[in-house]
Amino acid sequence: MKKILMLAVATAIGLAIAASAKAEMKRVAIKPPNGHALSEIISGYEYRSKETKVLQDDDIQNPGFIWVEQGEELWSQTDGSAGKSCASCHDDATESMATVGTVYPKWDDKVGKPVSLEQRINTCRKDNMGAKPWKWESGPLLSMTTYVRHQSRGKPVNVSAEGPAASWAERGKKLYYQRVGQLDMACSSCHEDNYGNRIRADMLSQGQSNGFPTYRFKWQKIGSIHRRFKGCMKNIRATPYKVGSDEFVALELYLATRGVGLPVETPAVRN
Amino acid sequence: MAKSKPRIKVPKKAAKGDVITLKTLISHKMESGQRKDKKGEKIPRQIINKFTCEFNGATVFSCDIEPAVSANPYLQFTAKIEESGEFQFTWTADNGDVFKKSQKITVA
Repeated sequence: MKKILMLAVATAIGLAIAASAKAEMKRVAIKPPNGHALSEIISGYEYRSKETKVLQDDDIQNPGFIWVEQGEELWSQTDGSAGKSCASCHDDATESMATVGTVYPKWDDKVGKPVSLEQRINTCRKDNMGAKPWKWESGPLLSMTTYVRHQSRGKPVNVSAEGPAASWAERGKKLYYQRVGQLDMACSSCHEDNYGNRIRADMLSQGQSNGFPTYRFKWQKIGSIHRRFKGCMKNIRATPYKVGSDEFVALELYLATRGVGLPVETPAVRN
Repeated sequence: MAKSKPRIKVPKKAAKGDVITLKTLISHKMESGQRKDKKGEKIPRQIINKFTCEFNGATVFSCDIEPAVSANPYLQFTAKIEESGEFQFTWTADNGDVFKKSQKITVA
């Protein structure tokens, strides 16, 4: 009798677990426009565990806010020969940067190519502040990028690949579908053909960029999308391009167009 | 992360007898002492090893933190509040650095 009871309890628990797993499977998706590569657009947030989502949603628990706060401090700190800070020209970031995070990478007429937010910040430092550009993946550049993009949190990604940027998006698309490395895989092998499936213990997402810079548990800190690209390329045993390279900016641009409409989540939390 | 910065969340007001939730996070790399650098030499341990929370001088919560804890440790706990006063949070690191933050709470 006791055994049967225990079995019944175990079955009940099993059912409960199955039910909760099913509840977790329901993912918020947005409908893509006609001709889009994906049949549904889903943020990486939807592929993470309940615990990770809680961490992202609470501004105190979310460790990415360390960088948001640092960026806020840097915003009004003067630097460089012109004796200016970001705030000298752009005033209040909550207003002046309110939608900036939704449109990068963006075409820049001066350099004749699309630039990422990191590159735009450094151009501003060099040309307008007379300050030294920050190193890619350095604390200050991550902080400032995170702070600026955070101002657009909740607003839909609105990156444009029209006009002169079109050929760059095309280049990014080529890279996205180009099989490389010893494992002979392309971005699409995981993030288009297999999102929602597991690759060993990891759950594959669509590889959307709406949460970057993102706090990753694996990194124990925040990181740029280019760092993530590098990691992905190493995983498929390819030689990664350099952070800030034309290849990565083109890929970042194309990737962003795949996620148009997703809300900016910076700073997102992923594992 | 050159300098560690604590972040806390404490309600500003509470009713007598309320159980309130206190949230704390400090930015710290929490170098475990288990890793090796490029030359194969051990990177010395450098972690936050102790956390205390005091209310009007009396300890509310304290703990030792061990090397297995991730970077930027987050701690959350509750306390029953009987009177107005000040919470004092203290983090102590291996190298002797002490980080403090405090916040007042008013009991209506």
